[in-house]
Amino acid sequence: MAVKKFISGSFDDEAVLFPAVKQVRRSGHKIHDIYTPFAIHGLDKAMGLRDTSLHVAGFIYGITGTCTALGFITWALTYDWPINFGGKPFFSLVAWIPITFELTVLFSSVGMVWTFCWLCQLAPFVKKDHFNLRSTDDLFVMALECTNKTNEAETISFLQSLGAKDVQVQHKETKWWWGTYDKDKKIFEPKTETVH
Amino acid sequence: MVLKEQFILTKRYKTISTALMAIGVLTIIVLYVAHGSKSDPKEQARFWGSLLMNSVYFLLLVNAAMFFICATTLSWGGWQMSFRRVTEAISACVPVVGIICGIILFAIVFGGNHQIYHWTDASIVKDDKDLLFKSGFLNKGFFTAWTVFTIVSWSLFGWKMRKMSHSLDNKPLENIEAGKKYMWKNTVWSGVYIVVFGLTVMSCTPWLWLMSIDAHWFSTMYSWYTFGSTFVAGIALITLYVIFLKNNDYLELTNREHLHDLGKFMFAFSIFWTYLWFAQFMLIWYANIPEETTYFKPRGYGIYSGIFWLMFIINFVGPILILMSRGSKRNYTTITFISILILFGHWLDFFQMVFPGPNPDQVPMILYDFGVGLGFAGLVMFLTGRALSKSPLIARNHPLLKESIIHHT
Repeated sequence: MAVKKFISGSFDDEAVLFPAVKQVRRSGHKIHDIYTPFAIHGLDKAMGLRDTSLHVAGFIYGITGTCTALGFITWALTYDWPINFGGKPFFSLVAWIPITFELTVLFSSVGMVWTFCWLCQLAPFVKKDHFNLRSTDDLFVMALECTNKTNEAETISFLQSLGAKDVQVQHKETKWWWGTYDKDKKIFEPKTETVH
Repeated sequence: MVLKEQFILTKRYKTISTALMAIGVLTIIVLYVAHGSKSDPKEQARFWGSLLMNSVYFLLLVNAAMFFICATTLSWGGWQMSFRRVTEAISACVPVVGIICGIILFAIVFGGNHQIYHWTDASIVKDDKDLLFKSGFLNKGFFTAWTVFTIVSWSLFGWKMRKMSHSLDNKPLENIEAGKKYMWKNTVWSGVYIVVFGLTVMSCTPWLWLMSIDAHWFSTMYSWYTFGSTFVAGIALITLYVIFLKNNDYLELTNREHLHDLGKFMFAFSIFWTYLWFAQFMLIWYANIPEETTYFKPRGYGIYSGIFWLMFIINFVGPILILMSRGSKRNYTTITFISILILFGHWLDFFQMVFPGPNPDQVPMILYDFGVGLGFAGLVMFLTGRALSKSPLIARNHPLLKESIIHHT
């Protein structure tokens, strides 16, 4: 758990957001993240994010599925309990391809969904701080992380000059944590900064 | 930015295509002297089989470009618009290659050599229960009618699609209503083309042209398999042309995003082809019925097994491993390499589809067929280059062009 200090600003137009991202990066501020209600093409490039390695994970899960299926069927049908199916050889690879394929798809798809949820910090009964709930509706919310050198007033006016609305200083928890939304109300209480 | 809209045929391009065609003609002559002029029908079948395989492969290959246009038009896809003229130019080869292919097919059917198409010999069909049963479909009359229908309708509808595209070049659409009408007209004509395509490539035509070489054997998946084979090869050909034009500073509006999508097409349809290949193979392997296994006996387990498994590796293992990552689909070198690999691999596929029928005793010398194939490649190069140089490279007034310019994968 680490509560940090952020300056967040909201944008309502991609045409304003993209030049703003460029300016913010050029000025040396650290963009924590930009929250958008939908995927915006090219924003990852503009923010300078690296390519996701989700597909590498998917490949590894897929290979795991292939090995699991082939390994298990081979063990079961050639060593543990060989059965003669219509005179076919015990090791009849062709007949196992469909199962192998299915398990490859199953492992890679389910594994990728879980990995995606992990990367996005999404799960049932898990809490996450929001900068602005309208980022799930109609606003693009940019959060800048404050450091010791950040001049708050200057940064706020800088963001406003770039077209951001509703610019404010917020203390937010960056990690996710267990809890249910209805019982634990602490999320809405004011937080203080921890020293880093 | 001023776009280089006019493709100018370079001398080098012309020389290469002419040289390839010369190689093709030379190989055909040598092949004729070595095999075709012999009195033994098996020797003659060696000659005609080579022509059959190459002409059908290249005809289906260039026709796949028109299928690509119509499929994307029907789905209102806009991303391909920046290089649409390339696909149109490739599909402009269809009439010429189609006529060559038709002449070869009719020469085989009516030429009196029954080694390739057994069912053309009335004396064999008379005593053969299976062929007699199939004779309602497998006869010279239907073969002729369907072949003519196939080639004429592909040429005609392809010409219509190209004409509609070119009609906008000097006459922009006036307003939104005109644009809607234009798109609707395109949608209707590509719908008609897709129906014709479904009746020809996806059902009857490969059965008649290729499957009837093994007249006793049958597989309803065969046509889909042939379609998968030629479509992925057709995409590879389109990609090669896009890269060629990019390397010569044309097609400024096409970039890595479009290349990425073409790579995805090649990746996806390589797997689609493998899926069909496996579905056909596995059921026959599993059931193990003699009348069905006759097809795979010489191919998978007989003298053709080397080519059979080599083409399986080239067409499946190669694309799936090389094209899987995002980086390789956006890399010009990798994509060029894999396109050539796929074109060659599916050419090998056609080789093993045709030759075990007429040449069951020994694998024919593949270099001859490769030479004939180079000739057809030269012809396709020549015709495509000519079509490219005739019209602007950018369909500049098409309503969906902007969608292609801002395309992002």
